[in-house]
Amino acid sequence: MTIPRIGIIGIGQSAFKARRPDVNYPELVREAVTLALNDCKMELDEIEAVVYSLAPDALLGITNAERLGVDAVGARNKRFMRINTGGSTGISALAAGHSHIAAGACDVALVAGADKVGECGDSQTILNKIWDPIYERPLPLGTITMLAMSAVRYMHKYGMTEEDMARIVVKNRLHASKNPNAHLRSPTTIEEVMASRMISWPIKLFDACPQSSGGCAMVLASEKYIKDRGLDAVWITGVGHCSESYYIGDRMGNGYTADHADAKALAEACQRSYRMAGISDPTKQIDIAEMYSPFSNTEFHAIEAAGLAKLGESPRMLREGHFQLGGHIPVNPSGGVLCTNAIAVTAMVRVAEVALQVWGRAGEHQVKGARRGIASGNGGDHQFFGTMVVEA
Amino acid sequence: MELLTRTEKWNITYRHALGETASWFFTQIRDNQQIYGRRDTKSGRVLVPPRPFSDETLEPTSEWVPVGPEGTIECFTIVYAAFNNLPDPPYAFGYVLLKGADTAIGGYFRGVDLKDGAKAAKQLAIGTKVMTKFAENRTGDVSDFWFEIQA
Repeated sequence: MTIPRIGIIGIGQSAFKARRPDVNYPELVREAVTLALNDCKMELDEIEAVVYSLAPDALLGITNAERLGVDAVGARNKRFMRINTGGSTGISALAAGHSHIAAGACDVALVAGADKVGECGDSQTILNKIWDPIYERPLPLGTITMLAMSAVRYMHKYGMTEEDMARIVVKNRLHASKNPNAHLRSPTTIEEVMASRMISWPIKLFDACPQSSGGCAMVLASEKYIKDRGLDAVWITGVGHCSESYYIGDRMGNGYTADHADAKALAEACQRSYRMAGISDPTKQIDIAEMYSPFSNTEFHAIEAAGLAKLGESPRMLREGHFQLGGHIPVNPSGGVLCTNAIAVTAMVRVAEVALQVWGRAGEHQVKGARRGIASGNGGDHQFFGTMVVEA
Repeated sequence: MELLTRTEKWNITYRHALGETASWFFTQIRDNQQIYGRRDTKSGRVLVPPRPFSDETLEPTSEWVPVGPEGTIECFTIVYAAFNNLPDPPYAFGYVLLKGADTAIGGYFRGVDLKDGAKAAKQLAIGTKVMTKFAENRTGDVSDFWFEIQA
């Protein structure tokens, strides 16, 4: 069976910020949609289906806010659905858009959303509510504590230090300083990261992503549509998703299959994308990676899951400069999730950034000669890993 | 121009049913200060906290197995930041592999001086032996027990 190629023809991203008091929620979605349509010189009438990218409702404070956004994305009388897989929502929404076209249901789909995390004063309260109310929520688990415990296990297993974590922050902040859409754009130092206040040991304030407001939209189209009209495009050649089991405590102890230190299902999601894209050696065939990592430590296991380093070797390779702009395979040249996290669209931005890179349109943070890249999104507590390979 | 905002608060109540497995588990903790796991018949692994089916073999579990009170730390964190509607910092919690169990259960670590994070982290290192302690007044909840480092 020949896998039909689906192209990306338009990309729109907000300049992400802590707050956007100048626009309300649907207006922010509309901003991203307008940017994406302008990018491919299309009108809303030409869009056949809309996939709406929207993470947990309570973060935004509007239940099923895709209803409120329906006009902003011009979905009236069209195929319309909302996707929510937590942090990976954006890449799952793109996968749904991809499936619409691959299934032959339509030729052009818009994938769009926005978030205003800064308007919620209680995001960690809400993120605590993603856990089982019986055994785990009262602990109290949250996204920070869950991944702090991953850091503790990764340190124990592979010898990562707090300075190694800080080095990720320094790299990504430097990258973000070159990306006009990034939220945290000031470069920092290992000393500054180490001196920032402790949040959840060993994660400090600078090891953690910000709460960002902004939108992202992308226009996908079938190869036939693109060729018939002579449009410029880059191509989604691999799509992979994979889930781990639920309980964190099952990823340790005796006889477990996945270690909470690592991201085993993310590795499988990457392999699924690589197989679909015909990639056998990512260290030679991938030029750039945008790996979802909201905390500095998780970038290490994400790099390893993408097959860009062997298990436990990414901290050393980072020290040697492999993953910075100008290095062998730059990881998160946009600054990544660590510098910008508008949760509903964060994983879409990963794909958008890889697309801009392989298109040669990434501006000051362009990876020279990038032709093929991988993007990922992580949602829940390892339940929603999504990946995409995008190539020129 | 002046940009306005509007404040909203959500206060929502739920009454979650625990189901038979978790109900029996918490009843034993409340009445007998005993933690139990469920054995996965196919693999023989003892799942703590107990579940009626195994996440690995996907088969129903078949037998209650008493576990602990001794255990080993599998991971931890120490929270120093205050978040709305979460406990006042600092506090330490994590996962412990109880004696006789194959999966780890979450709980608080008490009795460790948390002032200095690096020092406390050394005391709570993976592999450290702990003992389960039970609250005097137990209600059938996760807060009925916690872990202390074994002397």
